[in-house]
Amino acid sequence: MTARPLMDVRGLSKAFPAPQGLLARLRGEPRRAVQALSDVHLSVQRGETLGIVGESGCGKSTLARCLVRLQDADQGEVRYEDLDVLRLRGLDLRRYNRRVQMIFQDPYSSLNPRMTVGQMLREALSVHRLRPRAEQDARIQELLTLVGLPPAAAGRAPHEFSGGQRQRVGIARALALEPDCLIADELVSALDVSVQAQVVNLLLELQERLGLTVLFVAHDLRLVRHLSHRVAVMYLGRVVEVAPTEDLFRAPKHPYTQALLAAAPTLDPARRADAPAITGELPSPLNVPSGCAFRTRCPHAFARCAAERPLPTDVAGAQVACHLYSAPDGAVPG
Amino acid sequence: MSAPPALLQVRDLNVRMPTPAGTLHVVRGVTFGVQPGEMLGLVGESGSGKSVTLRALMGLYRRPVTVSGTVEFAGQDLLRASEAQWQATRGAQIGMIFQEPMSALNPVLTVGTQIMENLRTHRGLRGRAAAERAAELLDLTGIPSPRARLNDYPHQFSGGMRQRAMIAIALASEPRLLLADEPTTALDVTIQDQILRLLLRLREELNMSVILVTHDLGVIAQTCDRVAVMYGGRLMETAPVGALFREPRHAYSLGLLRSLPGSGARRAPLQPIPGGPPNLLALPPGCAFSPRCAYASGACLGAEPPLVPVAPDRASACVHAAALPSLTGEVSA
Repeated sequence: MTARPLMDVRGLSKAFPAPQGLLARLRGEPRRAVQALSDVHLSVQRGETLGIVGESGCGKSTLARCLVRLQDADQGEVRYEDLDVLRLRGLDLRRYNRRVQMIFQDPYSSLNPRMTVGQMLREALSVHRLRPRAEQDARIQELLTLVGLPPAAAGRAPHEFSGGQRQRVGIARALALEPDCLIADELVSALDVSVQAQVVNLLLELQERLGLTVLFVAHDLRLVRHLSHRVAVMYLGRVVEVAPTEDLFRAPKHPYTQALLAAAPTLDPARRADAPAITGELPSPLNVPSGCAFRTRCPHAFARCAAERPLPTDVAGAQVACHLYSAPDGAVPG
Repeated sequence: MSAPPALLQVRDLNVRMPTPAGTLHVVRGVTFGVQPGEMLGLVGESGSGKSVTLRALMGLYRRPVTVSGTVEFAGQDLLRASEAQWQATRGAQIGMIFQEPMSALNPVLTVGTQIMENLRTHRGLRGRAAAERAAELLDLTGIPSPRARLNDYPHQFSGGMRQRAMIAIALASEPRLLLADEPTTALDVTIQDQILRLLLRLREELNMSVILVTHDLGVIAQTCDRVAVMYGGRLMETAPVGALFREPRHAYSLGLLRSLPGSGARRAPLQPIPGGPPNLLALPPGCAFSPRCAYASGACLGAEPPLVPVAPDRASACVHAAALPSLTGEVSA
């Protein structure tokens, strides 16, 4: 933890205005907002894989999109080496976007259906002026080989590929720009299990060879455990726990992390729970509980949880935002 | 192959779907049985024919799709039943729940109306008695303040609540068999956990049989008594759930379990199954899995291997069933 992080996220917040009915508008009611990210702190070390997990509406995809500036954050700061990411403009932003590439869940909707793979890769190389025209063909072949596609793939359109191959095309396009950081949002979620493993192996191999830093956003806990060096758990727009992977899975500290891990189905039929790991529904993101967002479903909740939002605290190598681990009331000055 | 009479016995089920490119033979000679009170998992990847099998059991296909074989439910062959007999069985004795509650529920009727519709059709309940029972059903599926929620529309429910409401509708007729098509795939993991526990509890309380279609082996391990593995429209293997995860007896099941993360060291390469799912319009000769199979030999390429008993309560369609290694200790949580 002593090394300076490659990426440092401080106090990132993002709200989306909620749709409002005509009646509410006529009455002049204030427009409500979905708080997708709320004061998120996170650091990413060079060369590591940071897993980001959480259920729908936890803000993991919004976080990914804010980090590549597909979405503008409302508040906070993102440092990438010496760059102040949220203030980048023009050419500087384009350079940053080359270095930090995003790969999406559904390669079919993120690839241009009317372009061949070769044209797409060439476009990426030309826009960023990465290769003189004469060298582009060679580079395209190199990229296809890198992601395990045949040379003939350059002449084909996205619909001619299977899901797994399309995801390889998505990876090739991201790699065309020689990034140092990949943000993978549900990279293999749409793929069948037997094909998932092929793409996961590709990611592992590329990371090894190219020294990539990877933000792996996913809901599949088994996969995140396998790939990540550290894992961040999000709940309703907040990071509730960040810890080294094995620590997090062996001894989860935040009650939400504990519930999430217990709810994930294990592959061992002999270990079958009788009762659900956690009761209650996710609260509406329009109406996040006061204090700790998890308190309405937390078996340990006490008075302070409703009154005060817990701050991330160091607990045996992990950062946990939970009053069970923070200093008792009296000890906090002011 | 066990002694007690099965509630449902499917023999040589075939489903064919005409497409512009040719007729797709989506389900190819599927045979299995479900015991009273049993939870059977039907697992497979996309295009394996698992959902189509389920829909065929429910009689949801019309021309030009053709369904052949026999589907014997409580002694009656449903595929040869008249429309009236079908109506008396479907919904009444066989209920079905789907992956997407929002598209399966009627958006312009209240949840209460939809439950009561089923109560009237299949149980002859009306008025106050129907409303009472509808509230009981919502309560049974774990919806808080059920009486008030009867007047809500589906869009006023969350995803998990909608799935509960759909289960309540299916249970209204007190079916003996519940067909569940990926019921938790669209749900978050903590909600999935709740719905799976609910299905297990209801199965126990109502002594219902359940066929659960899923692509998720974890869901199978956590809920089912027995498993049937499908690939390319065929049953590859049937086994008690513990036995399947310990010692799969089909090369495909083995490959599937080995491809899951968690079996090797962290960040070690996974063991994928090479290639992709089969093209139903151009199936390979012999075993449909053979082009991707590490164990494939000449014996796999002749006639398509039939599903044959390999141990008590176990059947496999793998030529190499006896030669496959067991997985003890290899696959972990």
